[in-house]
Amino acid sequence: MSAPASDHGHEPTSFAFTQENLELAQRIIAKYPVGKQASACMPLLDVAQRQNGGWLPRVAMDAVADLLGMPRIRVYEVATFYTMYNKNPVGKHHIQVCTTTPCWLRGSDDIVHACKKKLGIDLGETTADGQFTLGEVECSGACVNAPVVQIGDDYYEDVAPEHVDGLIEALKRGERPKAGSQIGRRSSEPLGGPTTLAAFTTQADD
Amino acid sequence: MLRDEDRIFTNLYGYQDFGLEAARKRGDWDNTAAILQNGREWIIENVKDSGLRGRGGAGFSTGMKWSFMPKNVTDKPVYLVINADEGEPGTCKDRDILRHDPHKLIEGCLIAGFAIGASACYIYIRGEFYNESSNVQRAIDEAYAAGLIGKNACGTGYSYDVYIHRGAGAYICGEETALIESIEGKKGQPRNKPPFPAQAGLYSCPTTVNNVESIAVVPTILRRGAGWFAGLGRPKNTGTKLFCISGHVNKPCNVEEEMGIPLKELIERHAGGVRGGWDNLLAVIPGGSSVPVLPKEICDTVLMDFDSLRDVRSGLGTAAVIVMDKSTDIVKAIARLSSFYAHESCGQCTPCREGTGWMSRVMQRMVTGNARMEEIDMLLQVTKQVEGHTICALGDAAAWPIQGLFRHFRPEVERRIQAYRNSAPLAAE
Repeated sequence: MSAPASDHGHEPTSFAFTQENLELAQRIIAKYPVGKQASACMPLLDVAQRQNGGWLPRVAMDAVADLLGMPRIRVYEVATFYTMYNKNPVGKHHIQVCTTTPCWLRGSDDIVHACKKKLGIDLGETTADGQFTLGEVECSGACVNAPVVQIGDDYYEDVAPEHVDGLIEALKRGERPKAGSQIGRRSSEPLGGPTTLAAFTTQADD
Repeated sequence: MLRDEDRIFTNLYGYQDFGLEAARKRGDWDNTAAILQNGREWIIENVKDSGLRGRGGAGFSTGMKWSFMPKNVTDKPVYLVINADEGEPGTCKDRDILRHDPHKLIEGCLIAGFAIGASACYIYIRGEFYNESSNVQRAIDEAYAAGLIGKNACGTGYSYDVYIHRGAGAYICGEETALIESIEGKKGQPRNKPPFPAQAGLYSCPTTVNNVESIAVVPTILRRGAGWFAGLGRPKNTGTKLFCISGHVNKPCNVEEEMGIPLKELIERHAGGVRGGWDNLLAVIPGGSSVPVLPKEICDTVLMDFDSLRDVRSGLGTAAVIVMDKSTDIVKAIARLSSFYAHESCGQCTPCREGTGWMSRVMQRMVTGNARMEEIDMLLQVTKQVEGHTICALGDAAAWPIQGLFRHFRPEVERRIQAYRNSAPLAAE
């Protein structure tokens, strides 16, 4: 069973930054010229979202607006324009499968299918226990390591359908599976080793 | 093939540490003060002479862009902004610079900022690159601690700050004025031009926006000489370039190669060849999703540089090579890009907001053949009505892949429409 994406039953009545995040906010604001504190809107929405378990209720947007002295509507505009701000609750693990053409050519449809099957939910849905939200995203920008699945802040790359089970099981156990290539590549070099840079790629440091 | 000693991004794959100590061993931050002491004009002239053209897709001369900045601005700050909002489908080169070679970028930021008279630099990194941003921030912190940036940068008396601004998931912010709006804390919607950023950019101050790769190659160009860089590649298409080879190849990868390398050599030498062999190739999108697709017969001989690809009515773009073998549903591959552009249109200009959605919906029907023959020309006409009629190039970028598809694969779409009509004559009427 899954909760519909438009369920606002969780909308809290208030939001306040923690003391630690208020201090972080001041450091962020200081990166921009005096009087240009609206520039801190995006990073502060990110701080608020992380504090609030991965999504932005309206009261959190209001807290950002008040802190920056911005009209609330300006903050709503920003929060609704950018896709990384979640306007609805998301699971503890936000699984986002890239399905744009380079990933699609490498089998992202099969990855989406494997995720749906494993989690028992459709795209845009969250598992009943609130652990997993499954989403589809546009180009993640790691195309030579396609297919790519982003989970939280980490990229899982060169993912095959058979990796999906293990990744999700590890997350269920509370582990953080090793990010990056799932087939043993170091990063974006050709599988089996670089064709260039011989002097710089022989002394692997791990 | 490019010799290893001519490769700029020696830690492209991250086999070595990205931190300052290892970066210095690779040659970064080697007497940067001496470069700055040559003066602003010297830097700009040398970058012009190197022939460096912007690596973000448009291919405009980097040195020329810098020379457009007003001189002797005293009444307001001047900014350098780095476009690290990498999101053009197929493209993942800047990511490697950010995570594995961030000091090349930061040193380039200092030199470029000095050349245009900037007091600060904002590096706009796409929000999804969280771990990459963390590496860049660590490198910035190291550079401050070592006195390389900040007050009295490199002991030259020049003060220069470098900050990161993270995006939050909007492809359109890769457009330079949308990116500036985004740093200002607004929706990322492109601005009308003029005024250009060089006159009124970030906070209405003179601003230059450059791609990550364009800036990260600058320190090496100035150390090794403009002539060295200009001697690689072909006239007007000089230097080295990071290529991203994705899709149906045996070994997808990023690689730094000489500009103008034949496409076939690039794929066969570095990416393990096309899956099933070269003769199994159907088509290649040679420069990121925005540029028109090329059929195999052009791929057989085309060179990978700005002018060669323009001559075959495509483009080098970001040099992201998306390879498709004969198993590919080419119509679906392009239709998926149409839905990408519909998703990413910022909604500001009517032709793009309405046109990208309309084109995407018609393209979905072309995939199954559920269309009338005359709709092909109607679709192409609409691409022409979107192209060139919007504030920014996203509308063009949405139009070109469709135009490329019909230029080279029109019979395939016609076949599908006919097959659909044959199988369901009533539904088609």
